[in-house]
Amino acid sequence: MYPASFEYVRATSAQEAVDLLAQNADAKLLAGGHSLIPMMKLRLAQPAKLIDIGRIAEIRGICEKEGTLRIGSLTTHDTIANSELVRQKCSILAGAANKIGDPQVRNKGTIGGNIAHADPASDLPAVLVALGATVHMLGPNGPRSVAAGEFFTGLLETALEAGEILTEIEVPACCEDGSGCTYLKVEHPASGYAVCGAAAVVKMEDGSCVSASLCFNGITPTVFNAWPNGGPLVGGSADDATIAAAMAELSIDEPMGDIHASGEYRVALARAYGKRALIAARERSGG
Amino acid sequence: MSGVLGTSVKRREDPELITGRGKYTDDLTLPGMLHAAIVRSPHGHAKIRSIDIAAASAAPGVVAVYTGKDVIASGVGGVVPTGWLLPNLKTPAHPILATEKVRHVGDGVAVVVGEGRYQARDAAELVEVDYEPLDATVDAKGATAEGQPQIHEEAPNNVAFDWDLGDKAAADSAFEGAAHTVAVDLRNSRIIPFAIEPRAALASYDEASGLTLRMTSQNPHLHRLLMSLASLNLPEHRIRVIAPEVGGGFGSKIHHYPDEAIASWCAMQCGRPVKWAATRSETNATDAHGRDHVTHAEMALDGDGKILGLRVETYAAMGAYLSTFAPCVPTYLHGTLLSGQYDMPAIHIRVIGSFTNTAPVDAVRGAGRPEATYLVERLMDLAAIESGLDPTEVRRRNFVPADAFPYQTQVALAYDSGNYEVALDKALANSGYADLRSQQAERLASGGKLLGIGVCAYIEACGIAPSAVVGSLGAQAGLYESAKVRVHPTGTVTVFSGSSAHGQGHETTFAQIVADRLGVPMENVAVVEGDTDEVQFGMGTYGSRSAAVGGSAIAKSLDKIIAKGAKLAAHVLEVADTDLEFHDNQWSVKGSPDKSVAWGDVCLQAYLAHNMPADVEPGLEETTFYDPANFTYPFGAHIALVEIDRETGEIELLRYVAVDDCGEQINPMIVEGQVHGGIAYGIGQALWEEAVYDEHGQLLTSTLLDYALPKAHNLPSFELDHTITPCPHNPLGVKGIGEAGTIAAPVTIVNAVVDALRPFGVKHLDMPLTPEKIWRAMKNGEDV
Ligand SMILES: Cc1cc2nc3c(=O)[nH]c(=O)nc-3n(C[C@H](O)[C@H](O)[C@H](O)COP(=O)(O)OP(=O)(O)OC[C@H]3O[C@@H](n4cnc5c(N)ncnc54)[C@H](O)[C@@H]3O)c2cc1C
Repeated sequence: MYPASFEYVRATSAQEAVDLLAQNADAKLLAGGHSLIPMMKLRLAQPAKLIDIGRIAEIRGICEKEGTLRIGSLTTHDTIANSELVRQKCSILAGAANKIGDPQVRNKGTIGGNIAHADPASDLPAVLVALGATVHMLGPNGPRSVAAGEFFTGLLETALEAGEILTEIEVPACCEDGSGCTYLKVEHPASGYAVCGAAAVVKMEDGSCVSASLCFNGITPTVFNAWPNGGPLVGGSADDATIAAAMAELSIDEPMGDIHASGEYRVALARAYGKRALIAARERSGG
Repeated sequence: MSGVLGTSVKRREDPELITGRGKYTDDLTLPGMLHAAIVRSPHGHAKIRSIDIAAASAAPGVVAVYTGKDVIASGVGGVVPTGWLLPNLKTPAHPILATEKVRHVGDGVAVVVGEGRYQARDAAELVEVDYEPLDATVDAKGATAEGQPQIHEEAPNNVAFDWDLGDKAAADSAFEGAAHTVAVDLRNSRIIPFAIEPRAALASYDEASGLTLRMTSQNPHLHRLLMSLASLNLPEHRIRVIAPEVGGGFGSKIHHYPDEAIASWCAMQCGRPVKWAATRSETNATDAHGRDHVTHAEMALDGDGKILGLRVETYAAMGAYLSTFAPCVPTYLHGTLLSGQYDMPAIHIRVIGSFTNTAPVDAVRGAGRPEATYLVERLMDLAAIESGLDPTEVRRRNFVPADAFPYQTQVALAYDSGNYEVALDKALANSGYADLRSQQAERLASGGKLLGIGVCAYIEACGIAPSAVVGSLGAQAGLYESAKVRVHPTGTVTVFSGSSAHGQGHETTFAQIVADRLGVPMENVAVVEGDTDEVQFGMGTYGSRSAAVGGSAIAKSLDKIIAKGAKLAAHVLEVADTDLEFHDNQWSVKGSPDKSVAWGDVCLQAYLAHNMPADVEPGLEETTFYDPANFTYPFGAHIALVEIDRETGEIELLRYVAVDDCGEQINPMIVEGQVHGGIAYGIGQALWEEAVYDEHGQLLTSTLLDYALPKAHNLPSFELDHTITPCPHNPLGVKGIGEAGTIAAPVTIVNAVVDALRPFGVKHLDMPLTPEKIWRAMKNGEDV
C-alpha cells in the first residue's frame, strides 16, 4: 500500500486546472482522492503528477436554476445527502449519495470524482442516467455538455476527454413535476459498493404512466439502462402486476460476477429490486 | 480490595489506547533505523530460475538487498520449524527466504533494506525474479489425489500426516442395525485471522547486548526460543523479545513466521535497526489462515434419538508449509472435541493433513474447536429431523447429565464440570423459543419472509493445558504458565506474568486477582507482560488460557506471599504461623482479630530484615510455574433467529441469544466483550468471510474490497446471559471465554438458515451463506 512517487500541484481555478492538464500529459486530477489514491496505493495507477482541484470554490456547491439543480463537481456526497434542496427536489440523488460508503468516504468523495472514475458499482451513475441529468465539462476548447446517458461509455470509461475537467452536474428537480423516484441498493458484503443498485423515476398523470426510467449499477460494466426508449409502463397504470410482469421479462446480457455474486444472480437481484424500486417510485409520484 | 473479583471494573488499559497514545510496533522508531520490504512470490507454485538484484541494489536509498542464498551463506539456521509433531509427520523445511521454489503467493524470495520505507518498497519492485510457473493445487482434499502437483519432495501426494483417534471397530459396529443414521459432507471454510494491526517487527542488534526484537507477538518467549534455536542460531540469553501494544491476534501472532526472522537477520547484517511492517494485503497473504476442512461425518442413533456412534473423516489443509502449531489444530484440538456436550458411546475420527499452494493454516480463534462443534451440531440438527424430534429435544436426550462429571469421553478428554441442560433451558427461555416456532409456522403459511431458528449447544476445551498430556501428544513445549509476584517494601505489588495480552485486558483482570486476594487497592498493583527480559518465562496468550492458567499461576504466587508473610507476622506476634489467618489486608490470630499485623508492616519488615525468623530469607517475592491438572471445559447454548427474503435469498439476522458458562467470572464486562467479539467473528465466517484461492493459487480475497468482514451495522444487538459452573481444578474456578462465541456462532447461524430452508428440502449449505447460495437452494428446492 505504498504509491509510486509523484509530483503534486494545486490548481486554484477550473481554467488553471485545464491549463495544468495541457502542460502535463501524465497528470491526473485529484478531487476527494477516494478512488484515485486507493488505485495509486495498489500501484494500479501511477500518475507522474497530481493536480489537486480540491480547493476550487467555483465548482463546489448546489443551487437551483430554472427548474434544475446545478451541482458543482467538487460537491461532496455528504453535502448532497444532507442538502435540503436536493432532498426536497431530487430526493433520489440525496438518498443515493447517502448510501455511498461510510461517513468518512462521504465527507471526502465528490460527485465529479465519482462519475469521472465511473466504477460500475458506484451509486451515482444509474441515478444520474435515470434522472436524465446533464454533465458539464471544461476543456482546452472551452465548455461542453453531454447527457448523462452518453457520458458513461464503458468500464471506468466516460466521454470525458484528455485535458477536460468536469465542472457541473445538472439534474432535473424531478420531485416537483409529479415524478416519484427511488434508489435501492444491495451492498457488496466486502466493499459496500453496489452489487445491484436500482434507480427508478416514474411520472404519473391521472393514473396513467407518462414516463418511467429504470437504470442499474453493479450489473454490467457501465450503467444498464433498462428502458432507453420509454419502456412497457408508459401509457398504462403501472400497477404492481404490470411492473412484476415487466421485470420478469427483463433481460440483461453479459452481467458481471464475482465470488460474492454471479452474473446470473445479479440479474435476479435486478429483477427483484427493479420491481421494488418502480413500485416505490410510483407510490411516491403525484399521480 | 476484597470483593473486587467478579465486578465489572473498567479496563485500565483503555484510556491510553482510545486516546491514540498506545505504542504499537510500527509506532516505534530507533535512531538510524532502516526499513525492510520483502519481495514475495506472485505465483502459487513456481521454480525460481534466478534472481537479479542489480537494479534494486542501485536504487536510491537502498542499503542492501538479500536473497535466501545470502541467508544460507551467513551460516544461520534460516528456517521456521513446526512445534508440534505427530507420528509419521512430514516436516519439510520452511526457509525464511525461498531459494529453489516458491509454494504460495506471498512466499518471500528476497528482502530490500532501505533508508526509507518508500525507497525500500520502490526498490523491491526492481528485484527481477525469473520464475518457472508450476501447476498449483489448492484444495484440502483434492491435493491428495493421484497426479496432483507435488509441493514437497518428501510428502508424496501432498500428505503431511494421516492420523486417527477413537475406536474404529466400536464406531463401525454402532452403525450396524442403528434405527437412524445421518450423514453430511461439509467444508469448513478458510478464513483470514484479520487482526486490526498487521504483523510487524523492529529489530536492533549490537555485539554488546545482542538482539532486541519488538514484534507483534502473543508469546514473546516462544518467539525467542524458536528464533534462537532454528532461525538465527543466536544464544537465547542474547535475544530479547518485546511485545509492545499488540492490536489483536486471533491466533495469527502466536506463530513463528519468516518475516520477523528476516527483519532480525537484516539488523544483524546491517548493524542498524531494521523495521518491517506488513501492509494489509501482505499480512492477509502470509498470516496463517484458519479452518479449511473438507469433512464427511456420520452419526448413528437409536429409535429414541440417543446417539450410538460418530464417524468422521476430515481432510485438513496445512497450506504450503507446516506452521508452528498446525499439526495439532485439526487433530488434538478438533478430534478430541467430537463428543460435544453428549454422552457418545463410540467415536472415530481420521484426519488427513495435506499440503496446498496456499498460505499456511494454523490456530485461528477457536482453533479446531469451532470445526468440531460445527460438524457435531450440524449432525445433531440432521438427527433431529431424522428422528422426528425438535432440535432441542434430541440434544437434551443426549446431554452428559449434570451428575456424571468428571465425564470421560471416547476421544481422550475428561470433562471437568458442566450443567448443559440448565444453559439450554435459559437460552430457550430468553429467546422465547416456543413462541418463535409458532411465529415461524405462521410466516411459512402466510408466504412472507421465511424465519429460521438455529440452536447450538457447544463445548470447548481451553485453558491449555497439562504439559505432560500435550507432551505425550506431540507438543514440543510445555503449556504451563508462570507468574512472579513482587511485593515492594511499601506494600505495592508488581506482577510479572508469562501471559501476553493483545486486547484481553490482563492489566485489569490480573490486578483484580491480586487486589482481591491481598486486599490491596487495584491502583497499587502493576502488571508486566510481554518482555522476555522482564518476565521469567511464559507460554503466552491463546486458547482462552490466560485466566485459567496465567491467572491461576498468579493466585498460587499470592498464596505463597501470604504464607511467607504469615511467618513474619507470627514472628512479631510470637505465635505459630499456623495460628494466623489473612483477611482484610492483615494477618491476625484466629479467634482474636485484635492480635494482628498489618500488610504494610510485614512488607516493610521483609525488606528491612532487622528481625527475621531464623529460617526465613529477606524479601517478599514469589514465583509459580502453574501446570494445570486438566483442560477447562466452558460450554453454553446459543440461539439465532434469521429472516430470509424468498425472492433474493438475502438474510437478515434478527436476534442472537447466547448463554455461556465460563465458570467464575473475574470481570463480567470483559467476559461480555469477549463474547461480543467472538460472536461477531463467528457470524462473519457463517455469512460473509472466506479466503478464496483460484486454481493457480492466487488469493482472490487479499484486500477488504473482496474479503467480507462483519460490520456493526449488519449485526443485531446480542442478548447475552450466563450460568456459572466453576472449574473444580484451578484456584480461581475460571474456565475461559475468548473463543466461546467463535465456536458457537457459525453453526448457530448455519442451523438457523438451514432450518428456514427446510420447506425447500435443504439439509446443508456450506459457509459462507451468501444470498446467492440461498437463492439457488430455494430455486432448486422448488422441485422438492
Ligand atoms: C472505503 C470506500 C468505500 C466507497 N464506497 C462507495 C460506495 O458505496 N458507492 C460509491 O458510489 N462510491 C464509493 N466509494 C468511492 C467514492 O464515492 C469516491 O469518493 C468517488 O468514487 C471518487 O470521488 P473522489 O472525489 O474521491 O475522486 P478522486 O479519487 O479524487 O478521483 C477519481 C477519478 O476522477 C478524476 N476526477 C476527479 N474529479 C474530477 C473532475 N472534477 N473532473 C475530471 N476528472 C475528475 C480523477 O482524476 C480520478 O481519475 C468508496 C470509496 C472508498 C474509499
